Amino acid sequence: MAEPARAKPKPTPETQHFWDGTKAGELRLQRCDACANVYFPPRPFCPSCASRKVSVFKASGKGKLYSYVINHRPAAPGFTPPYAIAIVELDEGPRMMSNIIDCPQTPEALELDMPLEVAFEALDDKITLPLFRPAKG
Amino acid sequence: MRRNQVAVVGAAETTELGVIPNMSQIQLHADAALNAIADAGLKLSDIDGFATAVETPQQMAHYLGITPTWVDGTSVGGCSFMLHVRHAAAAIEAGLCKTVLITHAESGKSMIGKQPRFTAPDSLNGQFESPFGVYGPPSMFPIPVLRFMKTHGITHEQLAMVAVVQREWAAKNPRATMKDPITVADVLNSRMIAYPFRLLQCCLVTDGGGALILTSADRAKDFPQKPVYILGTGESVETPMVSQMKTFDSSRAFKVAGPLAFKEAGITHKDVDHLMIYDAFAHLPLYGLGDLGFMPHEETGKFIADGNTRPGGKLPLNTNGGGLSYMHSGMYGMYALQESVRQMRGIAPAQVPNAKISVCHGVGGMFAASGTIIFTNER
Repeated sequence: MAEPARAKPKPTPETQHFWDGTKAGELRLQRCDACANVYFPPRPFCPSCASRKVSVFKASGKGKLYSYVINHRPAAPGFTPPYAIAIVELDEGPRMMSNIIDCPQTPEALELDMPLEVAFEALDDKITLPLFRPAKG
Repeated sequence: MRRNQVAVVGAAETTELGVIPNMSQIQLHADAALNAIADAGLKLSDIDGFATAVETPQQMAHYLGITPTWVDGTSVGGCSFMLHVRHAAAAIEAGLCKTVLITHAESGKSMIGKQPRFTAPDSLNGQFESPFGVYGPPSMFPIPVLRFMKTHGITHEQLAMVAVVQREWAAKNPRATMKDPITVADVLNSRMIAYPFRLLQCCLVTDGGGALILTSADRAKDFPQKPVYILGTGESVETPMVSQMKTFDSSRAFKVAGPLAFKEAGITHKDVDHLMIYDAFAHLPLYGLGDLGFMPHEETGKFIADGNTRPGGKLPLNTNGGGLSYMHSGMYGMYALQESVRQMRGIAPAQVPNAKISVCHGVGGMFAASGTIIFTNER
């Protein structure tokens, strides 16, 4: 029997550009053309000023560790506990949930505000997840 | 909304709390409803307004044999019942109905007749949270707490004291699920669930329910129980995605709902005799004390650790033992309301002497929603 897999996102018309981006190795955010607000998750209007004139752009992929838990139980399908569920504050402002790779999943190793950079992990030929690792240098 | 125009005239929980393997979820609703009807000295046919959450109003109204002229199915998580109270008070004042029944029940432990929670993979939560391993409230609700601790200088020991103090209250309550005393060391050595939270900092998982009956304050004097008046109310929502809260060092939904209720009630924090803050996890009372304006967040951990909220303390908090020790069927807000009503009636197992004003603050989802009700027993 196959191992239970981690939950896989299913894009909608409003989020397709984000998932196309991760597949292409880019973290894509949106910026309002009217008020310059950068926001996440994706939607085709600005949640700050309601303008429909918004643009997709490639984010730096850099951020810092804003908060996290290290989940022990119950573990989600596809995960081996303990594993950290992290909130990354991107340099552009928005925050997103992710996982931290290439790093021990311990309170000692996971320091709040540590610099992070995006890494991409393909789940299949359609979906690639944005994960983060401690920034080099 | 005007103060003291609507009153709670019936309040009851299910006959049993804890593990109830012989009742489905809708029957738990009915058990609580029938107990509340008896408490108020009413018949089900007297009910013309009905509100419930998770189960639909049509499901429960039909099961109970009620034909309402006002319905509220607001379902925003565990504080839904605070919102129902607020909406019901407005509806009664507007003349849309006269006597409102609000029910909650959940077969949270036995899972009989309860639909499993499901996150669709094309929802925003399904796309931007589920893939990263969140799996139920213990992996989600504590996500902001490390940032909260760093910003406000809160310690692990102070967060452990929340559970210790609430167990002191639970020890006084025969219906509490967990009554044995615990220490900070017990909490910090209990099984790790989702760092930084351990088992004793996470709510119980139980079966049970509760129901409230509201009517106009003018009619309330004709009922058998001491009326408990609605002095002030507030509500708000923020986001179903904990990752997208505006900030982790406070809850926007709390900061809107709480002050709204205080303003409507026309009271200051010094006037509060009794306080309930929905404690699904140990950090929530700290958020609540800060966001409702009792004190700066920085002081909340020390305030609790110093014993100010324990039995005999100056601000009795979560006097039934809370979601950590009393019971938690999944949507605990109803039990917080029940305890506030008991305190205002003067019949709580751990009664606060001469309590005249009770603040009852609820959370829904993972900081997704909030409702605050301020009660008084004086008109």
